[in-house]
Amino acid sequence: MAPPAQTVRSSSPSQPSGKGEVSDLKLQLRQLAGSRAPGVDDSKRELFKKVISYMTIGIDVSSLFGEMVMCSATSDIVLKKMCYLYVGNYAKVNPDLALLTINFLQRDCKDDDPMIRGLALRSLCSLRVANLVEYLVGPLESGLKDSNSYVRMVAVIGVLKLYHISASTCIDADFPATLKHLMLNDSDTQVVANCLSALQEIWSSGAATSEEASRERETLLSKPVVYYFLNRIKEFSEWAQCLLLELVAKYVPADSSEIFDIMNLLEDRLQHANGAVVLATIKVFLQLTLSMTDVHQQVYERIKAPLLTLVSSGSPEQSYAVLSHLHLLVMRAPYIFSSDYKHFYCQYNEPSYVKKLKLEMLTAVANESNTYEIVTELCEYAANVDIPIARESIRAVGKIALQQYDVNAIVDRLLQFLEMEKDYVTAEALVLVKDLLRKYPQWSHDCIAVVGNISSKNVQEPKAKAALIWMLGEYSQDMQDAPYILESLIENWEDEHSAEVRLHLLTAVMKCFFKRPPETQKALGAALAAGLADLHQDVHDRALFYYRLLQYDVTVGERVVNPPKQAVSVFADTQSSEIKDRIFDEFNSLSVVYQKPSYMFTDKEHRGPFEFSDELGNLSIGTESVDTTVPVHKVEANDKDLLLSTTEKEDTRGPINDGAYSAPSYDGSLVSLAAPQTQPEVATSNPSVKEHSQSSFAIDDLLGLGLPAAPAPAPSPPSLKLNSKAVLDPSTFQQKWRQLPISLSQEYSVSPQGVSALTTPQVLLRHMQTHSIHCIASGGQSPNFKFFFFAQKAEESSTFLVECIINTSSAKAQIKVKADDQSASQAFSSLFQSALSKFGTA
Amino acid sequence: MISQLFVLSQRGDNIVFRDYRGEVQKGTAEIFFRKVKFWKEDGQEEAPPVFNVNGVNYFHVKIVGLLFVATTRVNVSPSLVLELLQRIARVIKDYLGVLNEDSIRKNFVLVYELLDEVMDFGYVQTTTTEVLKSFVFNEPIVVDAAHLSPLGPAGLFMQGTKRMPGTAVTKSVVANEPGGRKREEIFVDIIEKISITFSSSGYILTSEIDGTIQMKSYLTGNPEIRLALNDDLSIGRDYRGSFGSGAVVLDDCNFHESVRLDNFDVDRTLSLVPPDGEFPVMNYRMTQEFKPPFRINALIEEAGAPKAEVILKVHAEFPSSITANTISVQMPLPKYTMRASFELEPGAVGQTTDFKQANRRLEWNLKKIVGGSEHTLRARLTFSQESHGNITKESGPVSMTFTIPMYNASKLQVKYLQIAKKSGTYNPYRWVRYVTLSNSYVARM
Repeated sequence: MAPPAQTVRSSSPSQPSGKGEVSDLKLQLRQLAGSRAPGVDDSKRELFKKVISYMTIGIDVSSLFGEMVMCSATSDIVLKKMCYLYVGNYAKVNPDLALLTINFLQRDCKDDDPMIRGLALRSLCSLRVANLVEYLVGPLESGLKDSNSYVRMVAVIGVLKLYHISASTCIDADFPATLKHLMLNDSDTQVVANCLSALQEIWSSGAATSEEASRERETLLSKPVVYYFLNRIKEFSEWAQCLLLELVAKYVPADSSEIFDIMNLLEDRLQHANGAVVLATIKVFLQLTLSMTDVHQQVYERIKAPLLTLVSSGSPEQSYAVLSHLHLLVMRAPYIFSSDYKHFYCQYNEPSYVKKLKLEMLTAVANESNTYEIVTELCEYAANVDIPIARESIRAVGKIALQQYDVNAIVDRLLQFLEMEKDYVTAEALVLVKDLLRKYPQWSHDCIAVVGNISSKNVQEPKAKAALIWMLGEYSQDMQDAPYILESLIENWEDEHSAEVRLHLLTAVMKCFFKRPPETQKALGAALAAGLADLHQDVHDRALFYYRLLQYDVTVGERVVNPPKQAVSVFADTQSSEIKDRIFDEFNSLSVVYQKPSYMFTDKEHRGPFEFSDELGNLSIGTESVDTTVPVHKVEANDKDLLLSTTEKEDTRGPINDGAYSAPSYDGSLVSLAAPQTQPEVATSNPSVKEHSQSSFAIDDLLGLGLPAAPAPAPSPPSLKLNSKAVLDPSTFQQKWRQLPISLSQEYSVSPQGVSALTTPQVLLRHMQTHSIHCIASGGQSPNFKFFFFAQKAEESSTFLVECIINTSSAKAQIKVKADDQSASQAFSSLFQSALSKFGTA
Repeated sequence: MISQLFVLSQRGDNIVFRDYRGEVQKGTAEIFFRKVKFWKEDGQEEAPPVFNVNGVNYFHVKIVGLLFVATTRVNVSPSLVLELLQRIARVIKDYLGVLNEDSIRKNFVLVYELLDEVMDFGYVQTTTTEVLKSFVFNEPIVVDAAHLSPLGPAGLFMQGTKRMPGTAVTKSVVANEPGGRKREEIFVDIIEKISITFSSSGYILTSEIDGTIQMKSYLTGNPEIRLALNDDLSIGRDYRGSFGSGAVVLDDCNFHESVRLDNFDVDRTLSLVPPDGEFPVMNYRMTQEFKPPFRINALIEEAGAPKAEVILKVHAEFPSSITANTISVQMPLPKYTMRASFELEPGAVGQTTDFKQANRRLEWNLKKIVGGSEHTLRARLTFSQESHGNITKESGPVSMTFTIPMYNASKLQVKYLQIAKKSGTYNPYRWVRYVTLSNSYVARM
């Protein structure tokens, strides 16, 4: 048989080259349809193959539908399969014709051969035609009860297909319950795995609208179900194991002995040759040990070797997927990997996407003991033929220099780069030397000597040119030729295309003027004149500003343009720890490869197993407004705020948790979200400053940093007593919040006194604490405030979680309660309400 | 869950296209191919195996020039999908014997049949050739393998010594041979990839061996197999107890799911019931010091401006009973190099040289190198300008690719391969083969 035509790729149905052939096929099929001649099946096979090959390359062969169905009356299974494939492809666009196939498919569903029963059922469910769903229910019901596991396997997925065509038909037939029963009782593991996949999909998509679906989804995470799977996990196929492990990662064990049991049970999964199984296992280990710092660290040590083995075995693609995850772990806990730095050396034949990850890892793990070797290695790459990688390598050297205390040797290397006389190397090195000088002004002497030798003509890239000009201005007193170099640059003002460079030129010549007025005066005049005539608005404005400034008072001008500078201690990190934590929560997913949380690249219904992260986001992004149905762009806006706040925090306090090893607790972001909001108040300076700092310490206390908050007698109703010293760490809170269903959702009115008292979130926190209701996260600004509270029963460790949104302009509070013991939620809610009603009255 | 799966030829033609869930728009194959082809305008960077265009995630693996692609909108595990694509390719190869564009085109109906059973509605059902056999009915149309470039490392055995049956790696697991009877045989291949970086003074800076024990079974009835490795094998770098001469110390390893390790700690034997088809029994990684198969000496010297001389020496450190083949040595030269003239050693056979003008690179290819021998290449370079820097810094590093059959640097061995006997006369063919390949073999200048 001739291979499919190779040139035809258009999906246009009116493809002329296909049309004649299709009508030819139609004729031939018709001739064969009724024939009983010997060998007719072979001829049919050839024709069917032709049809399928046209279908593959995009020729529309839907017009053959009738003939194909007529020819399908055969016992030849190969023919049947081809026919099923064809029907599945075109039924959706030809619903009327699809009806033709129902008959023979239904008949095949009752065939003696289980293979045929299964195939027919699969095809029947794949028709995707809404008005045919009534024909599916019967065959599916008997399929689920079939004695053959292949048929049951197909039927289970068939139920899911039905759900997507018509959810109500599926629910009305009570299929989810049947699947649940099968999942817990069937002897065939693939049937069980399919049930789990189907139920997860059905209940997750139903959870938004139906309380029942959301409850059912939670039961998948209950101890009996999880243990049922765990105990049989090795009987499942490797792919099904991944599915089960994903489920286990969401399970919250009751105590640490349970955690260790699970880890012991799963430890040998780390030796699996399938990287997907290993990563899914690692996710379980990481999630289980989040709140056990020591064990969590041991997990890192334990998973190192298996990860490295996976990176070096397998195809480059698989290796990349694993390396991305290793990258994430290295960035979280660089010091654990600092002795493994040689594994992150680049190989010359690796693709650049792998090299980039490795360079980042090398940068992260550099410390006192390995810096020399890492930098030596990086310098080798700087001469690499692969220019983008050479650039990245130089930047990496610079980053290491910026994060080290002893930069002696590194500075020498950087200066050597400047002498290498490769344009791009010089360019990158200049930018780095500039940053280095901003952090270590003490190196200016050595650097300036080398920078002074660089001819500005050899520097073309705007960023590098700007860096050079900045240094010329900043260190003009040490660089003999500075005024003259600047002058020659100003002469070529017209040819300078980058506004950034022109702006820097203006500032540099000003600085130079303050230090060496007679030599620079002429250049300054020329620069200001050129700047005033510049068409670029910013350049023009700056020139005008400088001009007026000098006119007004030269010494004031100096104070403005060239004040004494403080060395930069830490350069801001580009990604907030908030986002990093979210990516970590989505371990073993695309988020890790893209280095973005899922909400940034996928729409809501496709977040897969990580859909809960929405609520998670609400929790940590405290600055959020009342609106809980968060559109994606809104979350992004919030992330920008957070980005800002982390930056400020790091600038003022130095690296607190950045890059350091930490469990994804949210204390960092909590502190930061309190800080920027209250800063305006700090500026207006009144007693609230003190109040704020106290209260933020109080939040820290609640995060389990010791120092139990001063407990107050709890005036609670007798029915429910709360533990005034309840403690819950944020990660447990998140896990619980994810897993528990909403047991109660109510709206209260807030008293006018309460409204007027609620000036900052912190006031309410302290009030609620006196009622043994503790806050774990809060945020917002008048009139919208959002809080997450928790409380524990006095006698037992049963926890209540509350999301509370208060709008002070409407004087309403909306609360959502989640509880371990749901029967007590009503009692708790009234307690909460009574506590809230007392707010502002005392 | 996966939405679509397709196989594209090098030119971007659809060879096989299967839509499992109908939730991704049409035309994904075109979108994908355009994206991969024009990833970066300068063509310098290749597309990563996973990327997202308009909310659709594309995964791809390249196998023998074909692109195996999966799409989904869901935030799935990337390693699962990439692993799956590899596995699908392997299953197809098991069935067709040879995996290439021609064989898939000739057997596309069979491939559809396989894809239908491997996945249902985007959920993986099974990827074992074994299980699939009972669901798949099309007979493979066997493609003549003689003139085809072999697939993967195992294919290298075809050009190796004559002791090995050349048909083995290209034989379908299901198709019957012309005689009607299947030959009972099993292949165990120990494939090692070496990475070494030599410093400019010849010291080893980093070295690693990544190895795989690969098995391909054509045994009927799936008898149990025991595979014994070196007694002195130890695993874990911290394990220095038995570290002595000859001991093999692996950093780490992992195993196929069919492998049982009940006796592994005691006598270093693996027992397994091998499924049909090709699969890795064990992957391992070793950073313990080992003797590199080749020493490279590279020198570049100015020889009166604007000229220079390059001397490249390769010395084979392995025994003379072993011969390496398809060796290639490459060296980037200063970018102002205009011309290069070469001088091979007298009597050199099967050696070619080339100067690649476009990327200023010297290439030296040798058909084979016998153990213990040394080969030298001299090249005279003419520069377009006088060099004013350090020409050594502007050239290199020298990299090398090679294949050495029946040699492994790690000294890991399969001591014996025991097949559970069904009867006294049952004595299938067993083949244990070794091969060492270069991964990243680099000498700095």
